[in-house]
Amino acid sequence: MANNPNTSKLKMNSFQRQKKKEEMKKQVISFALMIGFTLIAFGLVGFSEMDSMFLVPILLILAVVQVGFQFYYFMHMKDKDHEMPAVMIYGGVFAAMLTLAALIVITWW
Amino acid sequence: MSHDHSLNPETMPQEPEKATHEGKNKFLGLWFFLGGETVLFASLFGTYLALRNSTADGPSSQDLFGLELVFIMTILLLTSSLTSVYAMYHMKNNDFAKMQLWLGVTALLGVGFLAFEIYEFAHYITDYGFTFRSSAFGSAFYTLVGFHGGHVAFGLSWIIVLMARNAKRGLNLYNAPKFYSFSLYWHFIDVVWVFIFTVVYLMGMVS
Repeated sequence: MANNPNTSKLKMNSFQRQKKKEEMKKQVISFALMIGFTLIAFGLVGFSEMDSMFLVPILLILAVVQVGFQFYYFMHMKDKDHEMPAVMIYGGVFAAMLTLAALIVITWW
Repeated sequence: MSHDHSLNPETMPQEPEKATHEGKNKFLGLWFFLGGETVLFASLFGTYLALRNSTADGPSSQDLFGLELVFIMTILLLTSSLTSVYAMYHMKNNDFAKMQLWLGVTALLGVGFLAFEIYEFAHYITDYGFTFRSSAFGSAFYTLVGFHGGHVAFGLSWIIVLMARNAKRGLNLYNAPKFYSFSLYWHFIDVVWVFIFTVVYLMGMVS
């Protein structure tokens, strides 16, 4: 970055523009990966004869990874100043896990 | 207040959605809301998982679900998530016209998703007689998936009102946080859908 006060703003802008473009490239890559995970999940259900004992955990892992991309890239949780959002979401996930565990265990047998 | 801050690419702050105190509050408030939504949807998912085999001799998930429709809906919603990322990219570059364009594409994809969902429900009701009252599975299914569809419908009316109200104002520090809040909400709807297509549809077809 230039220190000359006359050009710094302009340089700053092109520097930041470049940064945003790179950020956007990462977003498109995340999107491609998410589409890929979706295709794998649908493909496994549609075309493979896998036992549901193995298939269900694989599907759940694919979903969690895809949601991770959604949160960290699309919703910017990887960026700075996102400590509080992380606290809120993981707090929600914690209560969600308890709720799910309770409702699944109560009907297990 | 910030209503009169007209901006050009030279004076636009790097993160217009968080440049004002109100913007920061909206940002945190929306994330707080999403944390609560996580719990709300978890209880609906838990109820669905608990009741999904209670079909009362009515249609089961294997009888009903088809991969093609769900796949199309998934692609529509996933793509609309990317287009709202594009909208926020243009917001940060202070390009109001392009932001509106991409938000419009997002809304159209959302409408497409909702149309397929309405078709799906109508198909189950008319062709299979599978309704909210058919079985505990029916109640849990329509509550969970319908609640998500309701969120999509709410998000659509939100973005349409936001786009129309601000069409002549252009982008400023007053409405940038509003557009950003919408985009976070819309991504979250997609997050919920990822779990719906996995837990309800895909798992419903294998087990």
